[in-house]
Amino acid sequence: MSPQLSLGELEALARRTRREIVTAVAHAKGGHVGGPLSAVELLTALYFRVLRIRPDEPDWPERDRFILSKGHCSIALYAVMALRGYFPLEELSSFDAIDSRLQGHPDMKALPGLDMSTGSLGLGFGAGVGISLGAKLSGQQFSTFVMVGDGECNEGAIWEGAHVAQRYALENLVAVIDQNQLQQFCWRDRTSVERLPLPPYNGGELARRWAAFGWKVLEIDGHDMTAVIEALEASRQLQGAPVAVVAHTVKGKGVSFMENDYSWHSRVPTDEELRQALAELADPVALSGAR
Amino acid sequence: MSFPLGVAQRQAFGETMASLAQDDARILVLDGDVGSSTGASLFEEAHPERYLQTGIGEQNMVAMAAGLSTLGFVPFVTTFSCFAVARALDSVRVLVAQTGLNVKLIGGYAGLLTGMTGKTHQMFDDVAIMRSLPNMTVIAPADEVEARQVIRAVAALEGPAYVQIIREPSPVLFGDEYRFEIGKAVMVREGSDATLVSTGAESVRVYEAAAILARRGIDVGVLHVPTVKPIDEDALVRAATTTRFMITIEEQSVIGGLGGAVAELLADRFPVTVKRLGIRDCFGESGPNDLLLDKYRLSAARVAEDVETLFRERVTATTN
Repeated sequence: MSPQLSLGELEALARRTRREIVTAVAHAKGGHVGGPLSAVELLTALYFRVLRIRPDEPDWPERDRFILSKGHCSIALYAVMALRGYFPLEELSSFDAIDSRLQGHPDMKALPGLDMSTGSLGLGFGAGVGISLGAKLSGQQFSTFVMVGDGECNEGAIWEGAHVAQRYALENLVAVIDQNQLQQFCWRDRTSVERLPLPPYNGGELARRWAAFGWKVLEIDGHDMTAVIEALEASRQLQGAPVAVVAHTVKGKGVSFMENDYSWHSRVPTDEELRQALAELADPVALSGAR
Repeated sequence: MSFPLGVAQRQAFGETMASLAQDDARILVLDGDVGSSTGASLFEEAHPERYLQTGIGEQNMVAMAAGLSTLGFVPFVTTFSCFAVARALDSVRVLVAQTGLNVKLIGGYAGLLTGMTGKTHQMFDDVAIMRSLPNMTVIAPADEVEARQVIRAVAALEGPAYVQIIREPSPVLFGDEYRFEIGKAVMVREGSDATLVSTGAESVRVYEAAAILARRGIDVGVLHVPTVKPIDEDALVRAATTTRFMITIEEQSVIGGLGGAVAELLADRFPVTVKRLGIRDCFGESGPNDLLLDKYRLSAARVAEDVETLFRERVTATTN
């Protein structure tokens, strides 16, 4: 169903997606940056390789479902959807604008192709659990992928849903966890005078928690396109339990001054910052010349 | 005046769901582990494959229902009204009301009579909260006869709905000829001195109170408003035009529920005196049903007393 793009083409699409993200946020003078940038390889792999979808028939009943439960990272999803052909690329400039289909948080009533409205953390995941259970009840073959943030895993509703998904052995459900290690304002190291941000969950701790809830867990580098594709493809095949793909990522990935800085959770780049970000995200000369 | 005692609304709910699902494969029941209390157990007996235990986690249960509805299922979410509305409110707001998805929320153990549980489980503002949500239909049936029809009506409705269901058996107000319609109020008794406006199981007690008042020479009408949203504007304006004295009575807080809805509507369309009776901005407590209804002034006798007081005050005020 997806075009068979080469690894190089997928990586170029990821760079393009990052350029669209920073451009759209700068243009809108609002929105989130760091979280969208950490999710780019995951979303690119999903929409251009893994998901069985028909962009020209967004409500095709047999499609795989995708829910961006970390809904504040909407601009990353919009950029990938536009590149995939769900709507014109120019529409990205309407992100966050009044009457736009590209609402700050994904609105399924506004934009075709969204399988759930999200934005209140922890809830999109439960909707995915419901869809997955419904597919199982009615014998439908599609898979349901839900992207969850590591900060989002603070929400109790995530663990309510994780428990239920395991009880029903929802092997057609995949939680794609963007573990970018920073949430909006962060936990603080209380032994230090400086405000040192701590991750929501240390290293492998989050993967262990999903495993403890009875999920099959695949841990990957979420920016290694090959590893991302392999894990997401493998997640469809695993039997007997829902699957968590825990992707270790970098918040703000791709823009040096945004990486690992929680202040870029939602911050608008200045003109100069945008210029620098786009320069860092440019295609290599040979490639950009060819395009 | 006395009516035959019907079965509890919760039993009527479970029986109706079981029957509905025989002809409608889309129907599912989600249970937050209170099926033995809400009547959902009756559905499970009939359709075990379509009864979904979701554990004690109401936010996730409502979220699951939203997801299930996108596949064409008609999920009925069943728990106590306090959990359906207060505990799961964000799921309801974001995933059900904002999306307009076809999810039915059934709030069991509604109101004051919750089997000795006390204030944690006595939810007096579910109507107020749910009617404040755009896209939400809000219904409180009076008795088992109406409850059965309400459940069938919301199953046929495309979009979100909240239905309050009462734990205790109550007298049956309506006969077999009664036809419930979403958005329609019913004048169950005509009267010229005042219109008593009520909803839910309280309507049965209000009807009895009207008979008590009649014996004291006070002629009140009773307008039963099962659908608090969308409210029957014309029926309320018609009643206000007739009596110019409206008294709302509900097994709910006097803040924001039916009383709020009626006061808002009449302030806009036909300002007349509106008095509100109900739970007076306080929490509840555990206790036997008859003593609770007496203390919180919701029994027929207490309602008759309070209406008579309001009526005498009004007569005094208008003759002075």
